Amino acid sequence: MGKRIGKRTIAYDTPAVIRSWATAAGRKEARGKLAEQYDFILNHNQFGEKSWERAEQKMQQYALELALEKAGLQASQLDYFLGGDLLNQIIATSFTARAAGAPYFGLYGACSSLAEGMILGACLLDGGFGRMAAVCTSSHHDAAERQLRYPTEMGVQRTLTAQWTVTGSGAYILDKGHGQWQITQAVPGKIIDRGISNSSDMGSAMAAAAVDTITAWLQDTDNLDGVDYIVTGDLGKIGYEICKRQLLEQGYDVNGKYYDCGMQIYHEEDQDVHAGGSGCGCSAVVMGAKFLPQMAAQPHCRLLFVGTGALLSPLTVQQGETIPGIAHGVLIEYKQEG
Amino acid sequence: MELHLEHNLKNREKRLQKLQELDQANMEQLLLELQQEHQQLVSMEAGSIDLAEQRYYQELIEQNKEQTLRIQKEIDKEYQKQISLVTPKAPVLKNVLRAFLVGGTICLLGQLVINFMMLTYDADFKSASALASITIVVITAVLTGIGVYDEIGRYGGAGSMVPISGFANSVVSAALEFKREGMIYGIGAKIFTIAGPVILYGTVASVVIGMIYYLLG
Repeated sequence: MGKRIGKRTIAYDTPAVIRSWATAAGRKEARGKLAEQYDFILNHNQFGEKSWERAEQKMQQYALELALEKAGLQASQLDYFLGGDLLNQIIATSFTARAAGAPYFGLYGACSSLAEGMILGACLLDGGFGRMAAVCTSSHHDAAERQLRYPTEMGVQRTLTAQWTVTGSGAYILDKGHGQWQITQAVPGKIIDRGISNSSDMGSAMAAAAVDTITAWLQDTDNLDGVDYIVTGDLGKIGYEICKRQLLEQGYDVNGKYYDCGMQIYHEEDQDVHAGGSGCGCSAVVMGAKFLPQMAAQPHCRLLFVGTGALLSPLTVQQGETIPGIAHGVLIEYKQEG
Repeated sequence: MELHLEHNLKNREKRLQKLQELDQANMEQLLLELQQEHQQLVSMEAGSIDLAEQRYYQELIEQNKEQTLRIQKEIDKEYQKQISLVTPKAPVLKNVLRAFLVGGTICLLGQLVINFMMLTYDADFKSASALASITIVVITAVLTGIGVYDEIGRYGGAGSMVPISGFANSVVSAALEFKREGMIYGIGAKIFTIAGPVILYGTVASVVIGMIYYLLG
C-alpha cells in the first residue's frame, strides 16, 4: 500500500504543514506553569456570557480567529473545519463552525479529538481535497463538571486519581505548502478497554490505549532513537506512570523523552488538581503553548503526539459499563528553514 | 488603537437602518465583512496593553455581534415564512374535544369514588376525596406499568395530563425508565425529573396562598 508503513502507520506523501496555531485558556490555567505562553486568557470563567457553555464556544472561536489572524487568513478561505469538545453533541464546536462558515466535520474523540482532527485534516490535504483546514478543540472545566459529574459548587472531595478538566482551547491551521512544522506520519488509535469503570480514574483507562498506539508506531517504524519527544494527551500522573512502565516491559525505554500534557499545565502542589489536567483543551493548549515552540530549539526535531481519549458516557458508567480508551498518534517534525 | 474598525461599525450602522431594502447577496456581503472584522477585533483584544484598551475592543466586539445578529435575523425571516407555509396546523378542536372526554372521564371516576365512599362507608368529604386521589393514582401507576396509560395520553393529551393521574404517570414512568442506572443515580436521582417542577412550585404556591389567607384573616 502506498501511504502506509507497517501495519498501522500512515506516512503522508505531502505532509500537512501546521501554519499557525493559537491557544486560549482560563484563569486557573493562567496561574499555572505555562502562564505567559497562552495567546489569550479569559477574564472570567463565564467570559462575559450568560452560561459556561456559551463561554466555551466563545473561547473556541477566539482561538480559531487568533490562529487565522496569525496565518493572515480568513475563515472563508478554509476548505475544512474539524473539531470537537466535551459538551453533549459537541455543541460548542458546531456553533464555532456556524460562525466560521467553513465545511465542517464534527469529531468526538473526547480528549483525543485534536489528534484525531490532525490525522483526518492531514489526510484531506494529502488526498488533494483541499488546501487549508483548521482543527480546533476545547473544554471548559465548569461546563464539563456540571455535565459529567456534579454541580460545581457541591462540596465533594475529589479522589486522588481524579483529573482537573482544563478550561482551554487550541486551534491549528493546517496548510498544504511549505513550513517548519509538518505532520509526516500518523497512527490511528484502536479502542482499548482494560475494564476500568471508575470515571474518576480516566488516566488508567486511557494509558493502555496510549501504550498500544505508541508500540504500534515503534513496531512499524522501529525508530525510538529517531524521535525526540513522545507526548501523551492527558493521562495525568497515574496514567503517565502506567504508560512508562508498560512501555519498559515491552522493551522501550522512553525515559527522558516522554511527557504528558496533563502534567504541564498546573502547579501540582498549589493548585489542588490531583492527578493533573484533562479534557479536549488540555493537549490543545499544551501543544501550542509548550511543545510546538519548544521543538524550534533544535534544527530538526521529531515529536510523537499521542492524543488520548476516554470515550465514556456518564449514562453507561451508571449502568456499570467500562470505559473504552483510545489514543491517536501524530508524528510532527520540525525542520529549520534554509 | 485601531480606530477604523470603530468607523466601520458606525458606517454600517447607517446602512442597517435600511436593512429591509437590502437583498440577500448584500446582506451576506455584510456578514462576511463582520466576520473579518470580528477576527481583527479579537486579535486586537488579545494584544491589548491595558484593561481600558481591552474594554474598548470588547465593546466593539459586542457591537459587531449585535449587527451580525440583526442581519442574520433579517435573512432568517424569509425562511420562517416558507416554514409557516408547509407546517401542518394542530387540530385544535379535535384535541380539545378528546381532552374533555378523557379528562372528564377521569374526574367522573374520581367523583364516583367520592360518592361511593360517602354513601357506603359514611366517610366525610375530606377523607373521601383523599381516597379518590389515592385510587386514581394507584390505577394510573398500574396502567403505566402495563403500557396502557401512554396510549390514553396519546389520545387525550392535556386531558390525561392535568388531573392527578398525569402526575402519577410522570413519576412512575420516570422510575421505570431510569431503573437501569441503579437505585441511587437512576431511580433515586431521576424519579422526579418531570414531576419535580410540579412539587416545587406547588409547594411555593401553597406557601403564597397560605400567607394571603393569613393576612386576610
